[in-house]
Amino acid sequence: MSDLTVMRTHKLFIGGAFVRSESGRTFVLNSAKGTFVANVALASRKDARDAVLSARSAFEKWSGATAYNRGQVLYRVAEIMQGRKDQFVEELILMGSSKRDATKEVEQAIDQWVWYAGWSDKLAMVNGSANPVAGNFFNFSVPEPTGIVAIIPTVTPSLYALVDSVAAAIVSGNSSIVIAAKKSSLVALSLAECLATSDVPPGVVNILTGDAAEIAPWLASHSDVNAIDLSGISKKDLLIELEKAAAENLKRVLRPDKNLPQGLNRINLWLETKTVWHPRGY
Amino acid sequence: MLKDHPLVLPELLTEATNSASALKKFLHGLSQVDKVGADARAAMLATRSIKTSAKLEGIDLAITMIDLTTLEGSDTRGKVKTLCAKARRPDPLDPTVPSTAAVCVYGDLVPFAKLELADSDIKVAAVATAFPSGRASKEVRVQDVREAVANGADEIDMVIDRGAFLEGRYLEVYDDIQRVKAASGTAHLKVILETGELKTYDNVKRASWLAMLAGADFIKTSTGKISPAATLPVTLVMLQCIRDFHKATLRKIGMKPAGGIKTTKDAMKYLVLVKETLGDAWLTPTLFRLGASSLLNDLLMQRQRMKSGHYSGPDYVSID
Repeated sequence: MSDLTVMRTHKLFIGGAFVRSESGRTFVLNSAKGTFVANVALASRKDARDAVLSARSAFEKWSGATAYNRGQVLYRVAEIMQGRKDQFVEELILMGSSKRDATKEVEQAIDQWVWYAGWSDKLAMVNGSANPVAGNFFNFSVPEPTGIVAIIPTVTPSLYALVDSVAAAIVSGNSSIVIAAKKSSLVALSLAECLATSDVPPGVVNILTGDAAEIAPWLASHSDVNAIDLSGISKKDLLIELEKAAAENLKRVLRPDKNLPQGLNRINLWLETKTVWHPRGY
Repeated sequence: MLKDHPLVLPELLTEATNSASALKKFLHGLSQVDKVGADARAAMLATRSIKTSAKLEGIDLAITMIDLTTLEGSDTRGKVKTLCAKARRPDPLDPTVPSTAAVCVYGDLVPFAKLELADSDIKVAAVATAFPSGRASKEVRVQDVREAVANGADEIDMVIDRGAFLEGRYLEVYDDIQRVKAASGTAHLKVILETGELKTYDNVKRASWLAMLAGADFIKTSTGKISPAATLPVTLVMLQCIRDFHKATLRKIGMKPAGGIKTTKDAMKYLVLVKETLGDAWLTPTLFRLGASSLLNDLLMQRQRMKSGHYSGPDYVSID
């Protein structure tokens, strides 16, 4: 009996499920050498709308989980990524990386994920404070997630940028919608498969593959999206359009930059501060 | 409406209600519902796409047809007050949004709803007859209706005795509806069939005819307490009964699907169903209602989306 290769269907990841685009559209993904790789689902405006709904319904549970629990769940994702390391490397090579670069990028991406996971139960300690006030109150401030973060990550390095932007958003309890560029769709799907088999609740990360110019304006203007990471937007006109739309409901915005905020600063982009005046009671 | 056509049934139908056996013979003699056909037709009509200005009109029409409902054991006067405020002016940011048709509450809360809606056209509907199970003596059920009417209810939503219906004691159900109708006085009577408990479309058809023969002004799918609640095919079957009843008697009976209608898309599907089955004459709040609560917020968000050009969110509608 001859071997029959089982081909992977490249779908979107919305609400914890792998779904085809509502529009039924696909695009052809070719490798760096120009050979056919796959037909990948091409996300539409309505897929983005559905993703916002599932992100919103996931937010309460994910942001309400204890920071310790969130850290454990995220660490588990890194464990699964480690198990699929070879697959990630292969996909990066297919899209044009050298073996050495690909291996390095995957290792860095997994390290970065673990690094973010560790921040989960430390954020409140570093960002929070007990504030001296002139009155009989115990006054303290704690960081809280801003809500739904729409993310358009940079295309190169594809996996590392995905991990860096997604983990920074969800570690504090935000839920997210990622528009992965066509070129990044292989690693984006593999990352989705890692998330689907981990304990990250459905809807916390939604991944759409397709064209940011088509979908991003709908997320930028969406009143139920609280923040938008525009680091992967390279066209100036589009960037201006998106920033204008995002201003409509006062979204937090990350602009594209050669020097994107690193580390804790990246996490802090998607945080609000809640300050409580607690009567001392004597 | 009832006022235009007093309940004078053709001879055939009058005879059908003469005795238990005649009623049973009549109801079982109704043609069988083609389940596959009904499901397919409802599914086909549900695929119809309504866009732009037609959708905007559909949204406003749907809002005017809503019986804004709260039927919880935990209902308070305060909750009824906010419900009434929302029924009056669903979107505080946009005065062009029409009011809903009615609010629907338990009988004991009717006085507070009436007080809040005193100077408006919004009706107050009360569920009665030991809602939602209907498991009480005839006297208690009728007394429940009398109290609601005395409290000022404009509309009564009654439940039928599903146990008696399923056992085939149709005349008892018929008499029961007539008693309630008499107790309702001038209040409109909506008869809840609780189709989720009737199991078959044939039963839905029989119950619809039974309710209409007994003097229902509206027939209503569900209490909202049982799953499945309103579904498209069941609504289609009931609408077809209304159409046939109208042919036979010239009386226009209203329809109210209730429960499980949560999105604008759902609401549009029901409107399409009504238009295709009964025509424009029924596309009015006097003959078609939607029993819902969370649906209103989705309609408002869709309306905002169409007016502003971008998606709205739950932060821009009230928390119920």
